[in-house]
Amino acid sequence: MGSGLPLFPEAASTMAGRVDALYLFLVLVSVFFGLLIATLVVTFAIRFRRRSRDERPRPIHGSAVLELAWTLIPFGIVMVIFLWGAEVFFAMARVPPGAMEIYVVGKRWMWKTQHMTGQREINELHVPVGMPVKLTLTSEDVIHSFFVPAFRMKKDAVPGRYSTEWFQATRAGTYHLFCAEYCGTKHSGMIGNITVMEPAAFQAWLSGGATGTSLAAAGEKLFQDLACITCHRSDSEGRGPRLEGVFGHPVSLASGERVMADEAYVRESIVNPAARVVAGYQPVMPTYQGLVSEEGLMQLVAYIQSLGGPATAGPGAASEGRGQP
Amino acid sequence: MTTQIGPGEGPPPRPPAPPAPPALQEPPPPRVNYLNVAYGVKSWLLTTDHKRIALLYLAGVTLMFFLGGSFAVLIRLELVTPAGDLVQSETYNKLFTMHGIIMVFFFLIPSIPAVLGNFLIPIMIGARDLAFPRLNLLSWYIYMLGAAFTIFTLVRGGVDTGWTFYTPYSTTYSNTHVVAAGLGIFITGFSSILTGLNFIVTIHRMRAPGLTWFRLPLFVWAHYATSLIFVLGTPVIAITLLTVVLERTLHLGIYDPRLGGDPILFQHLFWFYSHPAVYIMILPAMGVVSELVTCFSRKRIFGYEVVAMSSLAIAIIGFLVWGHHMFVSGQSTYAGLVFSLLSYLVAIPSAIKVFNWTATLYKGSVSYDTPMLYAIGFVGLFTIGGLTGLFLAALGLDVHVTDTYFVVAHFHYIMVGGAIMGYLGGIHFWWPKITGRLYPEMWARVAAVIVFAGFNLTFFPQFILGYLGMPRRYHAYPEEFQVLNVMSSAGASILGLGYLLPMVYLVWSMRYGPKASANPWQAKGLEWQTASPPITENFERQPVVTEEAYEYAPEEGAAVV
Repeated sequence: MGSGLPLFPEAASTMAGRVDALYLFLVLVSVFFGLLIATLVVTFAIRFRRRSRDERPRPIHGSAVLELAWTLIPFGIVMVIFLWGAEVFFAMARVPPGAMEIYVVGKRWMWKTQHMTGQREINELHVPVGMPVKLTLTSEDVIHSFFVPAFRMKKDAVPGRYSTEWFQATRAGTYHLFCAEYCGTKHSGMIGNITVMEPAAFQAWLSGGATGTSLAAAGEKLFQDLACITCHRSDSEGRGPRLEGVFGHPVSLASGERVMADEAYVRESIVNPAARVVAGYQPVMPTYQGLVSEEGLMQLVAYIQSLGGPATAGPGAASEGRGQP
Repeated sequence: MTTQIGPGEGPPPRPPAPPAPPALQEPPPPRVNYLNVAYGVKSWLLTTDHKRIALLYLAGVTLMFFLGGSFAVLIRLELVTPAGDLVQSETYNKLFTMHGIIMVFFFLIPSIPAVLGNFLIPIMIGARDLAFPRLNLLSWYIYMLGAAFTIFTLVRGGVDTGWTFYTPYSTTYSNTHVVAAGLGIFITGFSSILTGLNFIVTIHRMRAPGLTWFRLPLFVWAHYATSLIFVLGTPVIAITLLTVVLERTLHLGIYDPRLGGDPILFQHLFWFYSHPAVYIMILPAMGVVSELVTCFSRKRIFGYEVVAMSSLAIAIIGFLVWGHHMFVSGQSTYAGLVFSLLSYLVAIPSAIKVFNWTATLYKGSVSYDTPMLYAIGFVGLFTIGGLTGLFLAALGLDVHVTDTYFVVAHFHYIMVGGAIMGYLGGIHFWWPKITGRLYPEMWARVAAVIVFAGFNLTFFPQFILGYLGMPRRYHAYPEEFQVLNVMSSAGASILGLGYLLPMVYLVWSMRYGPKASANPWQAKGLEWQTASPPITENFERQPVVTEEAYEYAPEEGAAVV
């Protein structure tokens, strides 16, 4: 790839330019201070070299002014770097609304990705140019890290919890996907490709695969197979809260707290139901930990998300069932 | 330090030097010294003399250094080609793990404190020995026991978790000897704690008359700060590794989410010690450099109090920055913000030290003896290591470079470029004191230059490699990264040669080197007031200190800036 010795990886996301700019600024600061110190040391070492064996230079105790200067000036510079770095970091953390959602599971030693429309890929991910994409990550075993150098983006996939990252690709092409957190024997084989496509080509790709069921539909089937439906009924008569209109809204808990019903909360409520019980319900639900794979959990989350809709807050608020978005 | 300048001599103009050259009237060295006072294995293994214990440590850490270094050789050989073709993936993973464990816990952490600190601190403060000589010997045995566990781990097949032991990989998934490796580190931790305790008590209670806190050599200040980290930090890593062992053997749910644990909790506990551990490695080296820069420019250090206090500042703030290893782990965004800010604060005292060393050279009398070459090399490499730390502390940039070769390059600049350059500089500087012999100066200078050049060729390409996106701990890698990897491996072979040379000529000099005088560098400091090698009691008479540290010229001529 590329001729000669490149100094930068390919830049293919909206973040890449911002990260590179900060990097270049830091390179400049480093070159300046590196050269300053090197020049001073070399100049002093030559100019004040020992000329006779018994030379005894006059002592210099120090200088409050200089000490203050080389405390405050570096302090000012690092504060600029700090704020700049934080600004980029917060932009990376804030997922733009309307982002296309993709679920990712790391497993020794492969990446499994699922599109909402049902396409599933291994060590591959197809995404369109120009659209924000949100990844929801987890791991089935140890910690992995989803790293795409061309996007300047990296996030750990941690077992037992969801993490998110987002990107917006700017250039069609194929880019490296690496696992960046050491995960055992074939860590360096846990690599893949991100294929960024023009929107039209991406639509063609989406409709091309023999997919059939969407992620939410797969989740709905699981919902019935696992008999979740016996308690979480849509008529509010079940032993568990009804799930229509819940996703994306705050939920009141038995403890008095309120929590946002997001992907992480739904996942937790399946594998560790007693952790945060909805107000007005008993902690009677058994755990489904180990009974559903991480991919299955993501399908269930997608299904419950599809029930979310724009209904008013709180369980039992939506009047009519299954609003398919 | 003990010789008072006569009142009648007045302020001399630069550069004439009124005090008579001490080398001319030096008394003959005593016939009995700490080395020849007794012979036989027993006289070494049961010694309570801090100087002999320092030499026992020297043997131990040198062995571990070359063991850890041999793994680095294999790692660099494997990475010459993109395919994983020299060793299997399992083997490669064990190689970098053992390299890390041995270099961090059995070389870098004990190297300067347990060898040079042990030898010099009592002499520098005019004491007969450390406060607890038998505890000192015990700490060496504990270190050796930990090392034995580690070598046992190696012989049984090694461990593959990375020196970081991240959970749940280490507790549940690894099929290697995690328990033995963890216990080895657990055990050796007690040797750190005992050494730290010993230093703190010694520095508090056993300073010679007249040796006030602000007259202490900066080497002693640096070890005082290091000892605080030893005592406060090491118990945390001990407990953390013990919990890993407990989860692995008894399946207590601490870290593995399947057992109800939290894998991120481990990272918090691990880095709470392991980040300050970086300062355990670099602070003593900074102390060495302060001694070298002053001696070889024959000048009081610029800003003594500031340099001394910056060591304490580093030790204290260093305890508050551990979360900067976890910006992409899923810790909260705001926690990341705080850790980033604190990481920038800890950079300031390091920068202050670099500026003060540089200013010390100004209007000094600079000579280019081998230890000074190492000191200048240290300043250069540490500056690069420190500046690249600013990259990693910048939140938005760290996301891209963390867990890549950029990090690998950065910490090698600090630990190898910094700590080992400081260690080698110190070994050369005090070699005449320790052995009573001089090493061949020409060879030593050549070796110093080779180490500097080889080091940069090895690790500078890794910064670029990291920014290009090559993840660390990769056994095989995409072809586009090959050129930089070959450069790095070529550099490593030069660096390896640079490390072998001192091994040869230093050992040679112990027998064939010319005899050293008590003060071959005309240096200040109590250690140069006693014979080379010193007698078992260190001094014939209790020294009394009447001047400030590094008083290379009479105070009357002091310039006030």
